[in-house]
Parts: sequence; structure tokens; C-alpha cells
Amino acid sequence: MDKPSDIQITEEDLTLLINDIHLTHGYDFSDYSRASFRRRIERLITIDQLSSFAELRYRVRTDPAYFAHVVEEISVTVTEMLRDPAFYKIVRNNIIPVLATYPFIKVWHAGCATGEEVYSMAILLKEAGLLHKSLLYATDMNPAALAKARKGIFPLSQMQQYSRNYMLAGGTQDFSSYYTANYHFASFDSRLSEKIIFAQHNLVTDFSFNSFQLIFCRNVLIYFNKDLQNRVLKLFDDSLEFNGFLALGTKENIRFSSIAPNYKQIIGREKIWRKIK
Amino acid sequence: MIIIGGSAGSLQVVFYLLGNCPPDFDIPILIVLHRDPQGISRLAELLATKTTLTVKEIEDKEPIEKGCVYVCPPDYHTLFEDESSFSLDYSEKINFSRPSIDVTFRSGADVFGNRLVCILLSGANADGADGLNYVRSHSGISVVHSPEEAEVRYMPEQALLQGKADHVLRKDEIMQFILRLA
Repeated sequence: MDKPSDIQITEEDLTLLINDIHLTHGYDFSDYSRASFRRRIERLITIDQLSSFAELRYRVRTDPAYFAHVVEEISVTVTEMLRDPAFYKIVRNNIIPVLATYPFIKVWHAGCATGEEVYSMAILLKEAGLLHKSLLYATDMNPAALAKARKGIFPLSQMQQYSRNYMLAGGTQDFSSYYTANYHFASFDSRLSEKIIFAQHNLVTDFSFNSFQLIFCRNVLIYFNKDLQNRVLKLFDDSLEFNGFLALGTKENIRFSSIAPNYKQIIGREKIWRKIK
Repeated sequence: MIIIGGSAGSLQVVFYLLGNCPPDFDIPILIVLHRDPQGISRLAELLATKTTLTVKEIEDKEPIEKGCVYVCPPDYHTLFEDESSFSLDYSEKINFSRPSIDVTFRSGADVFGNRLVCILLSGANADGADGLNYVRSHSGISVVHSPEEAEVRYMPEQALLQGKADHVLRKDEIMQFILRLA
């Protein structure tokens, strides 16, 4: 689908579509990054071979099944297990020992997509002997992605890469011991998912629902504009215990947000902050 | 806004172009190069040794300032949120590439229209060709490094096969062209 469609989309078109979606379905994309949102819509028009922007608007307004597909396509679910091994090495060596001191560990993966990162964290906690006293909340606005995450079944073709990530992140076990290979799929051990709670949660419209010692939200904020980023960071601040950790994507930063003065970046260039006020 | 895109064989030309920009050159320049996603991102540091301009690797929502050279980070697409800031995106690869030159050229055209110059250099894949056409259709200016001179001619050649360029230039001519923009 490399070749983009020739249909020209104006800013006004996007605004109309966003209003339609909000009125008809309650999803609010108005503070999404316009640049990324435009790309998702252009991609949708290409893969669905729509003849015009008007056709897209019509189907979004009138066909709930089609809209479910639109939500699935708008939300970017590209992810991998132990993405950025250097980051996970710090989680393993610097954060998990702190979490170990708590009687009960609560972690939130906000915008978990198809779940690769929450399974990664479950593996690290298990290896530290802490999974039994942990609870990992994995939330996303995209129900189809959550359904995949719940199953814990990922393409077998990815396992070589994930196994390499695992070793680079300081793993010493046999990564393949965590899954059963079945045809083209790797089915992850249900002992990992026992401590994961999957739930639908929309960072744009839903509130804080618990307090945590660690919140992961990696490569989600990039799809929001600065106002929405600031609101979501406030939501995380409200959901994070004092001394808790906030982990963002490699190219994301809290420096322009109102919560910045209460946080301290813990190590070098990795995007992990600790709540110090 | 000037966007320079390239892949295999383009780095030396980027060094040459940035190295010859005077310290007071104030049009922002964005560099989109295909890179190894596993490699540590040292490109910005490397470029900084070749130019007197300020070089920054982009973070999400990075503000766009005059007189700065911006480098796309590896493994993200770089977009323009508006005329004053970038936005990053971790969606599917395009032309087997992330960053994709097409993606950045197109986003630049959406935001800057006729105040955009896109320059496509050497490379071994066809990324950038579609983006250049889109830039031209939005009244931006497209420049292609002469395939005769480019180290790997495939990328500029594909751009010329798939559409027209406003200018096909040798690297010293590209340099003169850039200097005349200021």
C-alpha cells in the first residue's frame, strides 16, 4: 500500500470528519496531532479503496461496523516486545529493584496496543521473582487491539528479533521458554497474563482509575497535539504515587508540560522520570 | 523550509552542502536519511562537526527555529505539525523505510506549500519519488541530484522516471541553488 491515493484532503475536511466522529460515536480526535491523523486517514482511503472523502464521511456516520474498523486503523498499533533494549535494561537494573521494596506492585501500560510491552514487563517481573505480588493494568482505546493483547499470541516470525531484544536487555534465560510455538504463532505462557488486567480506556476522555508506582506510555503521546499531551501528562501525574516512575518513548519529553517541575529524569538519555514532588 | 532526503551514498553530499552553508544561513534545513534503526543515533553529532549551524536531532513537537539544521531520528517518520513544529510518528514503514522520505516530503508540502524546497540525493531505493511529485503539485520546488554524479543513481533516477523535477543539478550547483535561497 505504498502508493498513496490521489484524493486531496483539506484541513476543513479533517475537521468535518472529526466532528462527525465525535457527534456520532463519542471518540474525540480533535486534539490529535493533525499531521499523523491526516496520514491515518489517507492510509484508510487507500487500503479501503474509497472513491472520495465524502464516501468516507458517509460510511463513518452510518455504518457502526465500518467505524470500528476506522478506530482500529486510526490507532497506530505498531509495537514490539522489549523495544529499545537499552531502555528495558534500565527498567530491569534500576527500576525493578525499587519496585521490589513495595508490598504490592501496580503498573499501568497506557495505550498498550496489542500488548507486546506489557508481556515484556511481566517477563522482567517474573525473572525478578515479583510477578506474584504485581498487577499490570494494560489499557487502550482500541477494542480490537485489546482483544489481540488478551490472547497473548504473536507472530512466530517476530520471535528471533524479540529474543535478540531480550538478550540485549540483559535477559539470561531461554526466551523461547516463555511461549509455545504453534504453526505461525507464538502463544505466550498464561502464567504471564494471569497478573495482567486488560481494559478499554481512552486517554482523551477517561479519568484516572487507580494509583501506580510505574506508568508506561511509550510512543502514544506523539500522536497528540501539545494541549492534549499536557492533559494526558496531568492524568498520569494524578495516577502516579510519590516516588513513582513515568516511562515515555525515546523521542518523547515532558519538558514543555506543566508537570515537568515535579519530575526528575533518572538516567542519561532514557526517557524515564521520577516523581519527586 | 529546505528538506534534504537521501539514502546510500548521500552522506558525503550532505556533509558538503552543510559544510558550505554560511553561519548566518537562516532557512531551517531538515535532513531525512535512511539509517540503521539498531544503530546508536550519532548522525546529529557527526553533522555538527561539519557545519557552523546548530544541529539538532528531532524530538516530538520540537519547535522549528531559524538557522537550525534538524535531523530525523532513526525508526520514526518525521512530520510537520504546523509551520512552527515537527511531529513524530511510529506507524508502518513506507518503501521499507522509517524514516521515509516520501512521508516527510508530503507532510512538508501540506504545511509549507510553495515555501518548500525538497532536494533528493543518492540512494538505492525509490523512496522520495512520490513525495517529490506531491511537493510539485503543491507548488513547492523539487531538486534532484544528477544521477550521473550521484554515488548510487537509482533514487534520483527513479524520481525522474516517476515525474519531473524542477532542477536536476550537480552537487556544486545544488550548493549555489541553496545559497541563492537565502
